[in-house]
Amino acid sequence: MNTIWALAGVVIKELYRRKDFYVLFVLTALITIAAGMVNFFNDPKIVRYVKDICMLLIWVSALLIAIVTTARQIPAERESRTIFPLLAKPVTRWQFILGKFLGCWLATGMALLVFYVFFAIITGSREQYWPWLTYLQAIWLQWAMLAVVIALSLCGSIISAAPSSTTTICFIAVAGILLVGGHLNTVALHQAQPLQTIFYTIYFLIPHLEWFDIRDRVVYDWGLLNWLDCVRATLYAAAYTGLFLLLTWLGFRRKSLNT
Amino acid sequence: MKASPYLVLALVLTVCFTLATGIEPRASTWSDRAKSNNVFSMLFGDGRRLFANQFFTMADVYFHSGYYPSVFDLREEGQKEIVAESHGHTDSPEDEIKEDFLGKPKDWIDRFGRHFRITKHTHLESGNEREILPWLRLAADMDPQKIETYTVGSFFMRTHLNRPREAEAFLREGLRNNPGSYEILSELGRLYDENDHDTGRARDVWQLALHKWAKNPEAVKDDKLAFEEITVHLAQLERGAGNWPQAIHWFQAAQKVAPDPNALQQRIDEIKKTMAAQTNAPAAVPH
Repeated sequence: MNTIWALAGVVIKELYRRKDFYVLFVLTALITIAAGMVNFFNDPKIVRYVKDICMLLIWVSALLIAIVTTARQIPAERESRTIFPLLAKPVTRWQFILGKFLGCWLATGMALLVFYVFFAIITGSREQYWPWLTYLQAIWLQWAMLAVVIALSLCGSIISAAPSSTTTICFIAVAGILLVGGHLNTVALHQAQPLQTIFYTIYFLIPHLEWFDIRDRVVYDWGLLNWLDCVRATLYAAAYTGLFLLLTWLGFRRKSLNT
Repeated sequence: MKASPYLVLALVLTVCFTLATGIEPRASTWSDRAKSNNVFSMLFGDGRRLFANQFFTMADVYFHSGYYPSVFDLREEGQKEIVAESHGHTDSPEDEIKEDFLGKPKDWIDRFGRHFRITKHTHLESGNEREILPWLRLAADMDPQKIETYTVGSFFMRTHLNRPREAEAFLREGLRNNPGSYEILSELGRLYDENDHDTGRARDVWQLALHKWAKNPEAVKDDKLAFEEITVHLAQLERGAGNWPQAIHWFQAAQKVAPDPNALQQRIDEIKKTMAAQTNAPAAVPH
């Protein structure tokens, strides 16, 4: 376990040494503050549009951080050949993958925490209302969803050698699932065979990441979710994360490390 | 002889400046877009109208606190509820059934997914209606010719948020952008009548609205509801002011286009009864 933590620690250090997070955070902060300063009909209590914009930026930024950070982990180690001394030590390939996953997940979680603290400060200062438990549910579900995304990106980085292509494909796949995934059953109903079966198969196979998007509940103040549903969704995310990590290991265990 | 780079730069700048002074007066006449004082109009041209419709829809989404059909959900494309509400429409049980676009869950994924979605049809209330205003402001900036934006915005500001002055300013802005709009004038009349209780101004504005309506052939053909609304408002105003013949005149005008003329006839009869009672009253007083 110490080996996994040590590997994870390196990934976390990499995140705060790189500029990605800072750039995205500053951009999110600037856009949110600029949106919040706009005066609509002299009513200072209008706040939901600020929450909406800020949450959207947090989601986009978190996805970018998660996918970009993960997609370059293994290719970068292979490119710089640091993977050879690493695996020459008593580090198995499974530990290597787990360490990379854990590092990316924790690093993304830390970034997410900073984003949500900013969100809470900005919106709370405007509406004088801090629904901490709702925020906790939102951050937890988003983090659970990011575990699936990170595992998927790690799996993609085994297949594709270039981080840019992994990033692009993963981003399109995740965005597609978030936007269309939940509606594929409705779309399938209006298709002829064999398209209907294909759509249904995809619908039942893909991880339904849209469940974890409770932005609307936060923006429109719909209150807390049932905690049991949060636990179930977490287990669902854990299952898909495990599946993608297993696929990553299966692909990586016999893969040649020479570039 | 070798020319100094600073001299070359100065020469190029001078040529640019000279050309600019020559071309600028002509260039301003090439396109209407450059004349626009709206930054969105300059940036997007007519494409901004698409954004305006999207922002107007966002206002309706906010009005429903996120309970809104996506492009995948089958629902009849009808009038937006913020527009219906501004015309005094309230949801009946049949409307509520129509609004249930989700239907029964289709499978376990759909069923479980609904625990995380907003599945309850509600409307904003208790002053929270203010949350739709940013989207209406943006819609108006994107498409100043979209009249509904002004009338809906004004309705919510004056009836739910107690902001008649902001509502009036918004309507005036709409009127500047759409001088022939009888809809905006009608809403302005309601503001003067219901919020300011200035019957004289309301009467003038509604009469002007009727004049604009009559001058618009499309409106005369397709928008009889607007005529009915304005004439009924005028009739109610005259009835309130005690001008009985005028009130009857406007109710009778409204009857010509009303889907239910009998309801208006009842009001005319009530006024006639009141008039008769007033005429007989002095005779009944004993000397």
